[in-house]
Amino acid sequence: MATATNAPEFTVSELARALKKTVEDSYGHVRVRGELGRVTVAKSGHVYLDLKDEQAVIDGVVWKGMAAQLAFRPEEGLEVIAEGRLSTFPGRSKYQIIIDRMEPAGAGALMALLEERKKKLAAEGLFDPERKRALPFLPRTIGVITSPTGAVIRDILHRLEDRFPVHVLLWPVLVQGDRAAAQIVEAIQGFNSLPDNGPLHRPDVLIVARGGGSIEDLWCFNEESVVRAAAGSDIPLISAVGHETDTTLIDFASDRRAPTPTGAAEIAVPVRRELIERVDLAGSRLSGALRRSVDRKRSDLGALVRAMPRAENLLFDKRQRHDFVSQRFDTALKTGVERKRGRLETLAAGLRPAALQRDINQARRRMTEVSRRLQPAYGRQLRQHTREVASLGARLDSLSYKNVLARGFALVRDEAGGVVRAGSSLGEGQALMLTFADDATRRAVIWDDPARPSAAPAAKPRKKAAKKPPPEQGNLF
Amino acid sequence: MSDTRPDDIKAMSFERALEELEQIVQRLESGEVELEQSIAIYERGAALRKHCETRLKDAELKVEKIVFGPDGRPQAEPADLDTPG
Repeated sequence: MATATNAPEFTVSELARALKKTVEDSYGHVRVRGELGRVTVAKSGHVYLDLKDEQAVIDGVVWKGMAAQLAFRPEEGLEVIAEGRLSTFPGRSKYQIIIDRMEPAGAGALMALLEERKKKLAAEGLFDPERKRALPFLPRTIGVITSPTGAVIRDILHRLEDRFPVHVLLWPVLVQGDRAAAQIVEAIQGFNSLPDNGPLHRPDVLIVARGGGSIEDLWCFNEESVVRAAAGSDIPLISAVGHETDTTLIDFASDRRAPTPTGAAEIAVPVRRELIERVDLAGSRLSGALRRSVDRKRSDLGALVRAMPRAENLLFDKRQRHDFVSQRFDTALKTGVERKRGRLETLAAGLRPAALQRDINQARRRMTEVSRRLQPAYGRQLRQHTREVASLGARLDSLSYKNVLARGFALVRDEAGGVVRAGSSLGEGQALMLTFADDATRRAVIWDDPARPSAAPAAKPRKKAAKKPPPEQGNLF
Repeated sequence: MSDTRPDDIKAMSFERALEELEQIVQRLESGEVELEQSIAIYERGAALRKHCETRLKDAELKVEKIVFGPDGRPQAEPADLDTPG
């Protein structure tokens, strides 16, 4: 059990309040150096973060109003010096540092961060020279992204007015503090997403500008989102941040880097007066050149006209030649006709009737002569052919079967006219036709029966048998 | 005077128009252009010159500021900046 009983008793609330008072009184203003741990931006806009070193961690908070004024965006790993007061939240009795001011712990820390980021973005190709787009020679509209207050926009407008007044569309942004980066990104993308034919003329070139300041002041132009937006802009973009010696990452990603905002205006537009002079000069040279050209051509023409021979002289030659040729033509025509006429007469002489008659008579005599010689020759030939035919006929007769008949044989044929060569097959009553040497053909019938011995063998209708009977026998049938 | 610029010149950028004008001047000055062609070229040069002059004459500083309408879309209104002069 407890031995000391004279100690006063607190309620929890009393103790918590007492602690809060002690902490706030003792640490009403502190300056602490440490590394940022986890950083959270709440929806309310308050920023909650951890401040730490190797052994310890303290919670920290930057209220919304203060956060907007920070020159840089708190990032994990960044070494910072924070100023503020300590307090506790009685509900949890946790103490935390309420930060009023915070800055990177020396430029060295930021530079190291910058170098690291630059390497990373360069490795991605965001700074490649081939990404750079040419600026328009004479933009109609220039989009300027900067603070609407301050010297920067005035410097730009002033220099534009001097050189070549154009249409300027200002997209007002914060150029410092926690919200600057997001606004600048929105402005770059906003200009790019304007339609070509919308009520708002899409700028032909963009200028992102800010005046000089510390590295912390310019920090938003090192933000990765801003660098990426500048690199991704379709509209050519000129960066003009700080003074000539200040270099931020947007300068590497932009298409042109201007040393100052005034310089950006000079890069963006040519000098109108010079252009007017150029156009005037070209215009007067144009008129002069045409005039001289026409003058020169006129004098060339004059020279040619003077050098031109007289028309009569040009024609004289031709006319003489014409005369000469037409003379020769008449002569040639006459000669030609004469020659043709001579030939015609020669031919006509050949056409006289006497000559024709003579030719006819000559032909007739020749024909008579030929026909006279033709008749004896024809007779001779005819007699010779007759003799030959007779001779051939005799030879033919000597080979005829009729000669055999003349020697007493008869030709035996059946009724169909076929020659009968064998008698044994002939039946009784069969009709036969017998042809004799005097061409007479008589019919006979077989009447003997081979079975009857009395049959007269002389009647056998065989050629050989028919040879023996006298010719008169045939007549007996 | 009515605008007699050909359409292709109307659409031409100032820079290209000026370049072509200067080329035309050089060609005409060289004297190597035929008469009829030189007149046509001159007329084109005159149109280009007019185009350039119009563009130069139109130059006027007009400053507008982006504001956001109730629909959240950007729109322009005349900028009331404390510009000098």
